[in-house]
Amino acid sequence: MMFCCESCCSFVLQVFGMELQAVLMAAGGGSRMMDLTYNTPKPLLPVGNRPLIWYPLNLLERVGFEEVIVITTKEVQKALSTDQRLKTDVKMRLDVVCIQEETDMGTADALRHIQQKIKTDILVVSCDLITDVALHEVVDLFRAHNATLSMLMSKVHEFTDTVPGQKGKKKAGEQRDFVGVDVTGKRLLFMANEADLEEGLVFRKSIMRKHPRMLIKTGLLDAHLYCLKRSVVDFLVHNKSVTSIRGELVPYLVRKQFSKFLNTKNATEDTEKNQKQQDAHHNLELLSTSKEEALLQLARERSCWNDHRGDMSEAYHGGKLRCYVHIMEEGMCYRVNTLAAYIEANRVVPKLFEDPPIHPTAVVTERSLVGSDSIIGPYCQISDKTSIKRSNVGTSSTIKEKVKITNSIIMNGVTIEEGCNIQGSVICNNAVIGRGADMKYCLVGSGQCIEPEAERTNEVIVGSDQLMEI
Amino acid sequence: MADSDGRQVDSINNATDEDVKLQEIVLAKNEGKELTKEEKQRLRKEKKQHKKSKKDDKGPPEKEKVKEKASVPVPSKPATQSPAHKAAPVPVNASASESPAAAEKPAKSKAELRAERRARQDSDRASKQGKKEVGQQSASSKPKATPNELQPVVKRLPEHVQVDDPAALKKLAKKLERQQVPLRSDYGYKVSLFSHLHQYSRKNPPTQQISIPATVIHPSIVRLGLQYSQGIIAGSNARSVALLHAFKQVIQDYSTPPNEELSRDLVNKLSPYISFLSQCRPLSASMGNAIKYIKKEISNIPSQCKEEEAKGELQACIDSYINEKIILASEAISKYAIEKISNGDVILVYGCSSLVNHILCKAFEKQRKFRVIVVDSRPRLEGRETLRRLVKKGIRCTYVLISALSYILPEVSKVFLGAHALLANGYVMSRVGTSQIALVAKAYNVPVLVCCETYKFCERVQTDSFVSNELDDPDDLIVTRNGKTHLENWQTVKSLGLLNLVYDVTPPDFVDLVITDLGMIPCTSVPVVLRVKNVDQ
Repeated sequence: MMFCCESCCSFVLQVFGMELQAVLMAAGGGSRMMDLTYNTPKPLLPVGNRPLIWYPLNLLERVGFEEVIVITTKEVQKALSTDQRLKTDVKMRLDVVCIQEETDMGTADALRHIQQKIKTDILVVSCDLITDVALHEVVDLFRAHNATLSMLMSKVHEFTDTVPGQKGKKKAGEQRDFVGVDVTGKRLLFMANEADLEEGLVFRKSIMRKHPRMLIKTGLLDAHLYCLKRSVVDFLVHNKSVTSIRGELVPYLVRKQFSKFLNTKNATEDTEKNQKQQDAHHNLELLSTSKEEALLQLARERSCWNDHRGDMSEAYHGGKLRCYVHIMEEGMCYRVNTLAAYIEANRVVPKLFEDPPIHPTAVVTERSLVGSDSIIGPYCQISDKTSIKRSNVGTSSTIKEKVKITNSIIMNGVTIEEGCNIQGSVICNNAVIGRGADMKYCLVGSGQCIEPEAERTNEVIVGSDQLMEI
Repeated sequence: MADSDGRQVDSINNATDEDVKLQEIVLAKNEGKELTKEEKQRLRKEKKQHKKSKKDDKGPPEKEKVKEKASVPVPSKPATQSPAHKAAPVPVNASASESPAAAEKPAKSKAELRAERRARQDSDRASKQGKKEVGQQSASSKPKATPNELQPVVKRLPEHVQVDDPAALKKLAKKLERQQVPLRSDYGYKVSLFSHLHQYSRKNPPTQQISIPATVIHPSIVRLGLQYSQGIIAGSNARSVALLHAFKQVIQDYSTPPNEELSRDLVNKLSPYISFLSQCRPLSASMGNAIKYIKKEISNIPSQCKEEEAKGELQACIDSYINEKIILASEAISKYAIEKISNGDVILVYGCSSLVNHILCKAFEKQRKFRVIVVDSRPRLEGRETLRRLVKKGIRCTYVLISALSYILPEVSKVFLGAHALLANGYVMSRVGTSQIALVAKAYNVPVLVCCETYKFCERVQTDSFVSNELDDPDDLIVTRNGKTHLENWQTVKSLGLLNLVYDVTPPDFVDLVITDLGMIPCTSVPVVLRVKNVDQ
């Protein structure tokens, strides 16, 4: 139940400034699943018959956001205003900021680009996040501890389905993330990616002194959902070298929690040493401490609470910069940035909704067999003697007679002729599968035509132009 | 009707008191219905008034009698007896007024009638006065509806001690819905003695149902509520200061809507915030006094004052309140308290009181030689924080748990206690365990000094720790040792209840001195201070 009065909301917003602004990063290219995204931008990939960008927008709307700043490309912007699902289902006001596809803008660059619009603390969400997390858990850490950064992580799910086009076992060389948290499991102490490490993990002594007990976790997925303070955006404006939030900004902030400069009260003396470097750090401290009022300080002094025990320091060890993480133990959290994740998400997502599995406008003949865990999109045509099990069929697709579809994902506008057998495959938009084809664990790219009586197993069939790009 | 009238007049003129009553009863029985509750009450009251009738003054003139006649039948049930009711007093009074000077028997009956009349007049006057009082009283004291003879006695209890009353809960739910504040549900089995209090769980934060960019409730209030419920801001002074800070931000961001006055509208805007904060954690006495002060200041803003000016004035008021009542008060208290600390003293403190810590640090700065024994108790273990602060300062400290109190007391020369609130009957409300410390100290003849600022004095009266208290999260009592958590599934054991009390009251006999910013006063002088404060305001 949301306690957000619709009628007086606009008036109330005038009364005090907003607490949090939502920023949705939808300009990413989907570089890890080029087979799917070479024709369709990643935010518009259908998952459970809804465009991928719908999921984070739905999450924000459910929680109570009224407007979102969406940073995306022109194509997605067009879809946002024309696509049925996006236009009607999403009631928030979308402030779309277009960036050119050619400029290789990182997420931090994008924040710098929209810094004029940012008036308060921000919640940055990635367009490929599908989750049912209780967002207040993340934001409460941000609010209660007056944190600079608060992020969401989740236990990694092992993807068990066979991924089309993957030859051999999945390479276990996925670069691991090492995340160090304190005893409570909320305060983020350490973050490093295996790729950046040479020999082993390196810890500063100051961290060990302040937090002698640290839990290092590796099996965590970063959901790319961050609550950032306004001062961080100002810091980004001053430091143009930071390009990516996840890659550079977050590890920097986590490191800076224990930096000497921010914890001593006479930071001004240090700035004389190395002007340029200190200026950058100094900026961050200034921007975050100027807001700390004397009264808050007094309240904290008088309060008999401490976040740790065993040493002589006050709460938070007197540090002004704090980073927190909420680690989801249960619940769903997927980042759809690889083919395996995409397939898994398609499998799981229909359970989220109470929508009827077969869209009312779809034409499904009586003699066809549509399993209960399949979903059929609007305006589809399913003919006789067709069996669809554990599959998703997209908008306006035509499935002719005697077709067997199992464990597959059929996107929009696909035509599947009679007698086909499709198993464990992904058929992209506007593809045509010829009569009697037998596809097992294949990925058919956008607009491709499969000749009749074809037999393909474990193949990726894409157009020649795609091959050229590689 | 005329027949019965005639019969009534006859019977009254001739019969005694008992006969009158008998006649009424007979009349009622003749009518075929049983006596109504009001009639029975009236009879009882008449008997009582008859005993007091000689002391009562003469009743007012006829008009009031008429009014009473009108008012008396109104509260009674609209049964067919009411005509009989009305018929009975009317001829009674008429007859009484007609023949004032009468013989013995009629005089007695007349006295009885007069007593009836006086009883009714008294009750009427009292109810009228009660209504006037309600109108006159400010928000400071709760309005007490004086008992009306023909109505049940109405006592207004605060909502937070009426959790087991479904009517009160419904009222609260309605009020919160109107203010768009989410209702926090109680958690777990409550021990029966305390089932009239709220018990919340930290795992269900009050922000679960609030939209994420908080729009209905100001973001700084949401943050404050979270910090209260998670215990990040704990302690009477800290909570008040944080509350006033949040109010400063609310006032800063406030803009008067058109056709409204700041003095009235801002107070209305604060009500849902206060409801939200009390849902997060019940308000403390100091917070209550601070809120009263703010509301008074806001309503005293003249209407022709410009908005910016008014806001600036309010911010200055808040700053001066904090400065006077908290910061300067602690300085004054330290000065008085240091007089009481002599070299070689062994001072016992309990839990974490910001004021007592301040006093001890100041005394140490003034080169007094003393050592401190810090007594601590579960589950909060606030003494560790006291220990940290004192040791950081350089004071020699000993740390014990409250179970070792009687072993350590022979060493102690003075006990310094902090207070959450000082009640109007001299009782000290403080962290649970304080009354035990005071009790054992009394047994060992160790002086107990309570340090409390005057802004924590409250007009409530309480003699035990049951009637009004706070229940903290019961899961705090669960402890994991060697990987085993024995109380993990306490909810499944039907007969098990976990009780985590927060406050208790210490009677004034155990407290030797209260050190306030007004000086050092005995516990029983608290109502005097309150009276003086009220006169000032």
